[in-house]
Amino acid sequence: MLRYTLGRLLSGIITVWFIATATFLAMHAVPGDPLMNEKATTAEIRENLARKYGLDRPLAEQYVIYLSNMIQGDFGISFTQQNRRVNDIIKDHFPVSAALGILAITFAALGGILWGAITALYRNQLPDIIIMFLVILGISVPSFVFAALGQLLLVNLNQWFGTSILPVAGWGTFSHMLMPSLVLGLGTMALLTRLMRSSMLEVVNEDFIKTAKAKGLSPQRIFFKHQLRNAILPVVTVLGPQIAAITTGGFVVELVFAIPGLGRYFVQAVQQLDYTVIMGTTVFYGAFLVLMVILVDIIYGFIDPRVRLK
Amino acid sequence: MNFFKSLAIALLLFSGAIEAQSVDATRQVVKIALAQEPPQLNSMKATDQVSIFVLGHVMEGLTRYDRRGNLAPGVAERWTLSSTAAKFWLRKDAKWSNGDPVTAHDFVFSWRNAVDPKTASEYAFILYPVKNAEAINQGNLPVTDLGIRAVDDHTLEVTLERPTGYFMKLTAFVTTFPVQERFYRSVEASYAADAGQMLYNGPFKITDWVHSASLKMQKNQTYWNRQTIQLNGIDADYITADTRARLNLFIDDEIAYTQLDGETYKDALKNQFRIRPFATGSVYFLEYNYRPGRITGNLKLRQAIQAAFDPDEFVNKVLQTPGNLPGASLFPSWIKGVSKTFREEFPAKVLRPDLERAKRLLAEAKAELGVEQIPPLVLLVSDSPTATKQAEYTQGMLKTKLNLDIKIDVQTFKQRLAKMTEGDFDIVGAGWGPDFDDIMTFGDLFASWNLNNRGRYNNPEYDRLVRVAMNSSDPATRMEAMAGIQTLVHDDAIILPMYEQGVIYIQHPKIKGLRRTVIGSDPDFTHARIVP
Repeated sequence: MLRYTLGRLLSGIITVWFIATATFLAMHAVPGDPLMNEKATTAEIRENLARKYGLDRPLAEQYVIYLSNMIQGDFGISFTQQNRRVNDIIKDHFPVSAALGILAITFAALGGILWGAITALYRNQLPDIIIMFLVILGISVPSFVFAALGQLLLVNLNQWFGTSILPVAGWGTFSHMLMPSLVLGLGTMALLTRLMRSSMLEVVNEDFIKTAKAKGLSPQRIFFKHQLRNAILPVVTVLGPQIAAITTGGFVVELVFAIPGLGRYFVQAVQQLDYTVIMGTTVFYGAFLVLMVILVDIIYGFIDPRVRLK
Repeated sequence: MNFFKSLAIALLLFSGAIEAQSVDATRQVVKIALAQEPPQLNSMKATDQVSIFVLGHVMEGLTRYDRRGNLAPGVAERWTLSSTAAKFWLRKDAKWSNGDPVTAHDFVFSWRNAVDPKTASEYAFILYPVKNAEAINQGNLPVTDLGIRAVDDHTLEVTLERPTGYFMKLTAFVTTFPVQERFYRSVEASYAADAGQMLYNGPFKITDWVHSASLKMQKNQTYWNRQTIQLNGIDADYITADTRARLNLFIDDEIAYTQLDGETYKDALKNQFRIRPFATGSVYFLEYNYRPGRITGNLKLRQAIQAAFDPDEFVNKVLQTPGNLPGASLFPSWIKGVSKTFREEFPAKVLRPDLERAKRLLAEAKAELGVEQIPPLVLLVSDSPTATKQAEYTQGMLKTKLNLDIKIDVQTFKQRLAKMTEGDFDIVGAGWGPDFDDIMTFGDLFASWNLNNRGRYNNPEYDRLVRVAMNSSDPATRMEAMAGIQTLVHDDAIILPMYEQGVIYIQHPKIKGLRRTVIGSDPDFTHARIVP
């Protein structure tokens, strides 16, 4: 198990290095000058800025400097907020995205497993048809629509009650998190429902279920002990990357609900060609994703003994 | 209903939320939303609207704008201005938020720092009227050669490079705000990165700033003129660029002010809010490329496009939201002339669409260029929905009216800038907003030396007129010269003015004294108050 874990960690580090290199090259290949702004500046001022950010050096040298700084955990200073370090940006805003994401993934996982199990139990009956219709909506409707609708719902709710039941936007208390995390988790919830349903249906036809029935076990015991536990495995597999995707922030949800998460920085940095923030957030996100995948692999070992043996 | 009511109460208790109220008359606090996190609160480097909005409330220059929009004493109690020098007497009761007096040295420090090439401030040019500023900014002279000197703690002397009629107006601008050297040195690279990393000398101070979440300003108790300030707090509790989210917050009475766009306009109307228009003071136009080899260098072609374009139709059918004015000149209608507005004194030639003339001009252009058909023209625009909509209108209009082919090149912000600078376009959708309250902020835009002249228009007559206005402090001479430029812009079809931008906004009816302004900190809450 230890060797397995170490091996996974090593390949994880190589993956992160690859992500960093690819992002670095892609970012510099994008046309446009990160130091240019609406008002034209003299060549002199541009040179000074280029020197400050080390953009006056050859690309290979920039790469080496960048990599060695990154190993020391320093992502440099933002181009757009020239007095803020990228490390501080990640430190300030990742916890916000993470808190929101954890709640969203909780909604998604609980909902996904519950609805998935129900649809499988009532296969081709009314509950199944209704839930699967909603699932298709959840997967195909983009999150900005849900975000706008969710907010509109809150506005109308507050107007109907004549007082502020739930805040329309903003950040600070638990009540600020409810609607945005629900919206953020909807897509994943739909995905998990579908996954859970097919996986449940697959397990139903397995020999060990037949054996269990033949042994005369109660339906509840078969459902929870044999069917659900086996069916949940594929759900856990996708949960890892989904956690990483959700907790690093949904740009649209953060924008609509005025949430100070990392997702905003992630997207705006690309639009603004803010090199250091692009690199910082991408590498951070990449490393987080890799870590979650490794973690899931390890957890998998606990849930399914067969994985450990391999 | 009972169930819902109890659920609501349970949720209320659960969340600890109090009833939302965007204005509070007893506490005199107003809640607003910012469109973005202020990227740069270092006054020497700030260039964007949100940062300038915040700085205008928490800082003060030598002068400031009063509630009627007139220049009034700020840190400077009085001043004298001759053609080549200015002298300021600073008030003794002007204080920083830590209790230190604001001195002449604080201005010397910030002005030198702003033009220092090492600071790399994009607004260094604001100080170019000060002696040697330009040479220092280009790295040819040391910063100590800047024409500013502290005679003593409360007397400041400024030497000018040339007579500058509008110099006083620059002293209310962010770039010229004071910065205390001692404090700046103590935080250096992280100056203005957080609420505690700044000193304030304005009517308000930032008391709490959670990045990208909220920014709270409170009345500054060390401000010399605090008796006249009625608001105790401006709480920007929300930061989001999403106009619909801001409208929803307004409907929910959580913010007291928000700007609208074409989409949210209709919803605001449905809610029966009073829609207020405001002219931003910016002009939008199509800019042609004059680099050698570009077909847009042909005057007849540009005049043909000018004669085909209908600014009224553009404003009514494409822009649709109220407040926009049809484009007619490089100079917007609010610009001041000698005694009235410039456009009242020197009316611009009205652009009347004349299809026959347009077709005739196009035929002449083709003959001059020796082509059967004008090759497709590249129209470079930014990727905002409004910009693309406008470009598509222009494309359709020129195709149907003149059978001209336009290729629309949509680019993101930075890519568009790069292409503009490199000259990779035939026509570019551009705009210009005022930096200071003088006609010159627009007038020198197409001078051959101006770096913002992206099409590289080069006309000795234009340059001559700019120099005349620059070297004179006589209003009549200056306005005559600018009138010459206005005529030149039309006759030479240098650009195609499309519209003067207007925006619409809504505000809580209990707010009084909120000032909208085209220059500096906008909207200005300094003299606002909340009536019960």
